[in-house]
Amino acid sequence: MDSVVLLQRQLVDYTAQLFNEGFLDDQFNQLQQLQDESNPDFVVEVVTLFFEDSERLLNELAKALEQQSIDYRKIDAHVHQLKGSSSSIGAQRVQKVCIAFRNYCEERNIEGCQKCLQQVKNEYSLVKTKLETLFKLEQQVLSAGGSIPWPM
Amino acid sequence: MFSGDMATAGEILRRSLTDEVGVSKGSVSGSEELHVLAVDDSFVDRKVIERLLKISSCKVTVVESGSRALQYLGLDGEKSSVGFNDLKINLIMTDYSMPGMTGYELLKKIKESSAFREIPVVIMSSENILTRIDRCLEEGAEEYILKPVKLSDVKRIKDVIMGGDGKQKKRRSVRKRGREDRNLFTITIVACTVILIDCV
Repeated sequence: MDSVVLLQRQLVDYTAQLFNEGFLDDQFNQLQQLQDESNPDFVVEVVTLFFEDSERLLNELAKALEQQSIDYRKIDAHVHQLKGSSSSIGAQRVQKVCIAFRNYCEERNIEGCQKCLQQVKNEYSLVKTKLETLFKLEQQVLSAGGSIPWPM
Repeated sequence: MFSGDMATAGEILRRSLTDEVGVSKGSVSGSEELHVLAVDDSFVDRKVIERLLKISSCKVTVVESGSRALQYLGLDGEKSSVGFNDLKINLIMTDYSMPGMTGYELLKKIKESSAFREIPVVIMSSENILTRIDRCLEEGAEEYILKPVKLSDVKRIKDVIMGGDGKQKKRRSVRKRGREDRNLFTITIVACTVILIDCV
């Protein structure tokens, strides 16, 4: 019984930390609300889609910025998509970099774009690791016989 | 006007499209359930909107583009398509920014159609651009909501649609009439003229 409480405490604390550090925003809570017994893996499923989508977009962006002649409209379109999906799951820091990225696109500022690509890759990598840790903690709670204390 | 065969072909097309795009059955009482057609090019957003609608007790059909939406509705130029009554879509929710056909272009096509113009269309967009919002509302959109879409947005929209069932929307009139209207109008005038000449 104690271990369950401890694990739950760990999960709650870790989640709070992610919110405090701006990795996640309220939209993540919204997703938690959509999860129930009939759809117990909803959040993991959506976040997994986000991971797949983001990796594809980051690859496209890297390719686009390596071209001889830069297609800023294409880059903007990709960043817009990434901004959208990160916003839909509450990945706030990724979303924020995307906003700056789009501004550089509009200015046709190649250096700014390259800087942003690096930044968004970093932020994506960070939030991916953190979400994977979060899901692992959830699994530990469930395996120990506890329940997930969502929404917070 | 349609031969039995053509109507059947339309049915089969509709059914195979339905299987392809994934119609999700909501709760019981099919006749009172809101059937929503959701259109979005984003995988993530499609999953989220589908869940938002299902959890709000709506029947949902999700497609990934405006052209697929028109196909589903039978507005893609296929004259053999079955009429509106068979489909019973109560609401269309579409993303604004989509490759190919934007949500605005989809809205226009729907409002130009005599069969579907009465269906409320809600535009979803991550961008809060006033001129864009105005344009959509002027074209007859029910609402323009900002993404990310929340459960409270869906609940509110559902209440509006179901609440306003008896009365047609007066505050937003569709200014443009469809081509079908003009044809019908012309035919009526000609018919009346013929009748009048006949009487003389």
